Amino acid sequence: MEPILKVENLTHTYSAGTPFQRNAIEHIDFEVRPGEFLGVIGHTGSGKSTFIQHLNGLLKPTEGRVYFNGQDIWASPTITQQTRFHVGMVFQYPEYQLFEETVYKDIAFGPKNMGLSEDEIDYRVREAAGFVGIMEEWLDKSPFELSGGQKRRVAIAGVLAMNPEVLILDEPTAGLDPAGCESILAEIRQYHRAKGNTVLLVSHSMEEIAHNATRIVVLDDAHIVMDGTPREVFARAQELIKIGLGIPGVTQIALALRARGLAVDPAVYTIEELKQQLLRLKGGEAVC
Amino acid sequence: MLKDITLGQYFPGNTLAHRLDPRTKLMMVVIYIIALFCAKSFVSYGILALFLFISVKISKVGFKSLIKGMKPLIIILIFTAILNMFYTPGREIASFWVFTLTVEGIWSAVFMVIRITLLIMGTFLMTYTTSPIALTDAIENLLNPLKKIYVPVHELAMMMSIALRFIPTLIEEADKIISAQKARGADFETGNIFRRAKAMVPILVPLFISAFRRADELATAMECRCYCGGEGRTKLHVLRYQKRDLLCILLTTVITITVVIVSRFGY
Repeated sequence: MEPILKVENLTHTYSAGTPFQRNAIEHIDFEVRPGEFLGVIGHTGSGKSTFIQHLNGLLKPTEGRVYFNGQDIWASPTITQQTRFHVGMVFQYPEYQLFEETVYKDIAFGPKNMGLSEDEIDYRVREAAGFVGIMEEWLDKSPFELSGGQKRRVAIAGVLAMNPEVLILDEPTAGLDPAGCESILAEIRQYHRAKGNTVLLVSHSMEEIAHNATRIVVLDDAHIVMDGTPREVFARAQELIKIGLGIPGVTQIALALRARGLAVDPAVYTIEELKQQLLRLKGGEAVC
Repeated sequence: MLKDITLGQYFPGNTLAHRLDPRTKLMMVVIYIIALFCAKSFVSYGILALFLFISVKISKVGFKSLIKGMKPLIIILIFTAILNMFYTPGREIASFWVFTLTVEGIWSAVFMVIRITLLIMGTFLMTYTTSPIALTDAIENLLNPLKKIYVPVHELAMMMSIALRFIPTLIEEADKIISAQKARGADFETGNIFRRAKAMVPILVPLFISAFRRADELATAMECRCYCGGEGRTKLHVLRYQKRDLLCILLTTVITITVVIVSRFGY
């Protein structure tokens, strides 16, 4: 399959020509296939936010090219503008971007900018609201009356309503309680299943990425250092720890058991997998 | 984008220009400005230009950043030059409609441009080599005598440092909001002035809300640390004059006196 997004030799330099000059990302090559659920992980300052802002043309590469469906997104201003509708971006703390009088109007902002008809906008707003669990009666409220978690849902719905072929979420769960995190992630998973669109989830939580993504990209110090399935990435646990990213709890247990001489696969990352392995080691079949 | 604003930006360094006491730099700039307004001839401007040139060389700031900072002020510069050219009475060269070009006008336009350029570059050099915090500290310290007549100097300085402290934060915040709205297809570049003004609403509303939220949080944080004004407050970095400060002030004063004398004799 043709990649939906392709990045070639991407470099971005901040404050070029001043004493503060530095490369946030350097010579990155990268591809996303349609329908993938991709996890992008890296600690603060690894360049992941800079990287993803190139994917929908918010930042212009200092060097290198970005292609969406084979088309260079910087070919003309119209194409750049159009790319922003096809590649939706939910920023960190998106609730701070709300501005309209009602929740409905705020979600409709993106579709309106796309120039859709009133009926289409109405359909999209209600559909997007449904994905993130926004009740019908909230739509006429002011977004500023809602709680933090609800505001965030409204902001995410504002991007979903554009029905982007690629959805990028920059730490969508930052600052939420565990239950709130899980429910937002579940909504994103559901959206991915229902629409079959491509999703890029950016996070610094290994657990979050491990339980959602089918492919993981690890960024460290302006470069992509790992790119593969969760299993492949977690098999390199030592390197991950060295980078300072940590590994999922289950993988940690597996590693510890292995260190004590048990023959478990150290690349497991779900409780179910580890359970199966331990039962097999015990010699018995699934007893519990 | 917004991050490229250099007006009043601080370039850290460790040169003599950076190490001078901020109060000294402030006083030097004041004296330098007085000298600029006393200067009336090429020789006197030349002396001041040389003084500025050497100071810039010492500071290692680089003329490029100084000139970059001048850019937004070019319109004011041109406007002043044109006004001076046509509205100074004197020997006429040409005249049309309400405009009268005079010899004296051209001279005064040239001097005005030189004067403003030197003035802006001099003050920029100070803000480029002095951190905003040090600068407000210096202002507070220099204005201290006004406390006698019940001017709330500390409060004013505190307000200034908080305002300065939050400029980069708000710029960053504005940048983020702009990106977020652009990602939703907001268009700030096309359309007439009314459309563009309307396009600012999605940026201004979130920006105001976050500014108020930050102000609220900061007030709480300050209260939690028992902030109650300047009474009995000590400083981490106490400002102390060194020998070099005295020398620099003396040098600037001598240059100013020279400029005044040179101008008096009409060179």
